Amino acid sequence: MATFRTKPDHQRYTFEGFGSEKYPNLMLRGAGDLNNWPMATYVAKHEGYMAAKKALQMEPVAVTEEVKTSGIRGRGGAGFPAGLKWSFMPKDSSDRKFTRYVVCNGDEGEPGTFKDRAILEYNPHQLIEGMIIAGWAMQCQTGFIYIRGEFLWLIEKLEYAIQEARDAGYLGKDILGTGWDFDLIVHRGAGAYICGEETALLNSLEGRRGEPRVKPPFPAAKGAFGQPTTINNVETLAAVPAILRMGGAEYAKLGRPKNTGTRVFCLSGHVKRPGLYELPLGLPLDFIMNDLGGGSSTGRKIKAVIPGGSSAPVFSEQEFGTLMDFDSVRDAGSMAGSGGIIMLDEDTCMVQACLRLIRFYAHESCGQCTPCREGCNWMEMILHRIEHGHGRLADLELLESITPNIAGKTLCPLGDAACGPMDSMLKKFHLEFEHHITHKTCLVSGHQLLANVGGH
Amino acid sequence: MNHSLSPETTDQALAPGERLPRSQRTEFSPEAIAEIHAIAASYPDKLAATLPALHIAQREFGFVSLDAMKAVARALSIPEAHVFGVASFYTMYQKKPVGKFHLQVCTNICCALSGGAEFLEKVCEKTGCKPGGGPSPDGLWSVEEAECLASCGSAPVMQVNADVYDENLDEARLAEIMKACERGEYREWAK
Repeated sequence: MATFRTKPDHQRYTFEGFGSEKYPNLMLRGAGDLNNWPMATYVAKHEGYMAAKKALQMEPVAVTEEVKTSGIRGRGGAGFPAGLKWSFMPKDSSDRKFTRYVVCNGDEGEPGTFKDRAILEYNPHQLIEGMIIAGWAMQCQTGFIYIRGEFLWLIEKLEYAIQEARDAGYLGKDILGTGWDFDLIVHRGAGAYICGEETALLNSLEGRRGEPRVKPPFPAAKGAFGQPTTINNVETLAAVPAILRMGGAEYAKLGRPKNTGTRVFCLSGHVKRPGLYELPLGLPLDFIMNDLGGGSSTGRKIKAVIPGGSSAPVFSEQEFGTLMDFDSVRDAGSMAGSGGIIMLDEDTCMVQACLRLIRFYAHESCGQCTPCREGCNWMEMILHRIEHGHGRLADLELLESITPNIAGKTLCPLGDAACGPMDSMLKKFHLEFEHHITHKTCLVSGHQLLANVGGH
Repeated sequence: MNHSLSPETTDQALAPGERLPRSQRTEFSPEAIAEIHAIAASYPDKLAATLPALHIAQREFGFVSLDAMKAVARALSIPEAHVFGVASFYTMYQKKPVGKFHLQVCTNICCALSGGAEFLEKVCEKTGCKPGGGPSPDGLWSVEEAECLASCGSAPVMQVNADVYDENLDEARLAEIMKACERGEYREWAK
């Protein structure tokens, strides 16, 4: 057997009590064990392909119903109910037959998020099984797995795993005697954050520039190669085998009403025990930060937390008690997004943090919509000016006036994503911005967040 | 996203519509052509093979020059302008030559909170390269400031060529990695 990763993995995947009834382990089985990924282990130790066998004996509509019952919401960022999404796919009628596709979004690139990687590294078969079940439920002909270009070693592993599944008869022609043909194609991206947006991903899959499309038509009507398509995140699809195994109703008991199941939270930044924590939805943020993460790694107080990947507006101390599920985080003024929790201690300069994030969005804006392309660049330039001591007090009003002209005025949510951190940081840490302008230096003494190497 | 391009390999200026003589064109090896055609056949539309073909071009020629883009267009019988548009959109297609070991350092927020910015400064200092500034004089190194590589829990992180990430880095680990590169323990760029 080929060896795909020999370097030790520094990530933390478990915590005390993980795998118990209270904190079930559905997504990270065997994570950390570099020999966990082959099919033999998946079948022997992790109930591998049981769910696919069960699903293929059910009616496709019944499988979609099961996923609907589970209430699972998309784990990629938007939190849209996956079962409902599946049910939007058109069905064959006597006068019209469709070619349908299912696409897996593995373009993980949201700063603060590193969960899909772990699934691809340790449980690629769980994703493949999820794709088979999704493919059966929607009666798709082909599944595409779009993986970001940097994950070359994971792509090689996934392709090996797909071949294993083909050899075992789970992919290819007449799967398990049902007469249904289905195969998977892995598509490697080439370094564009925007391709995580579903229609940009479809363009990239079709071999075009990764520019988001005008919606409608939505992908369920006209997606990849002009055919009905459903796009789900890696984590969503990898959760499907667990849903089928335990039953949708049982899965729905995990978490909170309308926010069911477990999700993999990615803890990073100034935290003592960074890593992946698979938890039922709806646990308080401070429990995750302190009881599981061990609190601040620097010994200094945590002043801000980004609760759902860099696109989510920041939380300051009074919101640390928020329950971490889609609705509660939204009600608290942010978004649960991709589950990346980034902790910032009190010595972190928020102007620098904000500039670093906005620089990212300005760099990754595809350039298609003027408000995002120009707006993000302007925000970056103004923040750059403030950071380097040339700011004026009027700049703060200027920044405030830019965001309403971006948010909601673009084809895709990248513009909104840039406005989230910008608005919230400016509002909640206004004093730091003002201090930067009047004193030409940081209010706090944390270490440099921007490299001084003559780039940009 | 604007990328500066390296000029064509020939010095002669081409008139509009004029093509290089066949003998002077950059061409894929027959194996690479076969690989590209096999990929194109696996998709419903051959255009979808543009990204994989550009990856192959980068592997074959070291970087994606204008000539390489034209070779991709010829291999797939698709417009050159389309290939140019795609190649210039994605940052992983290097439009200029890079070093034998292309060091991609993440400096996004999570890495920066763990010292990623200082780490990038160290990398530049040790290799004598500037981010995106082409290879070092000995051709061994080049440095790129990468956006989030999805390794936030084990930051700072660096990717050498397309290898498995190196995580939880500091100056001592950087020295080890650079020595390991020199010893040939990392695959060279496009090899």
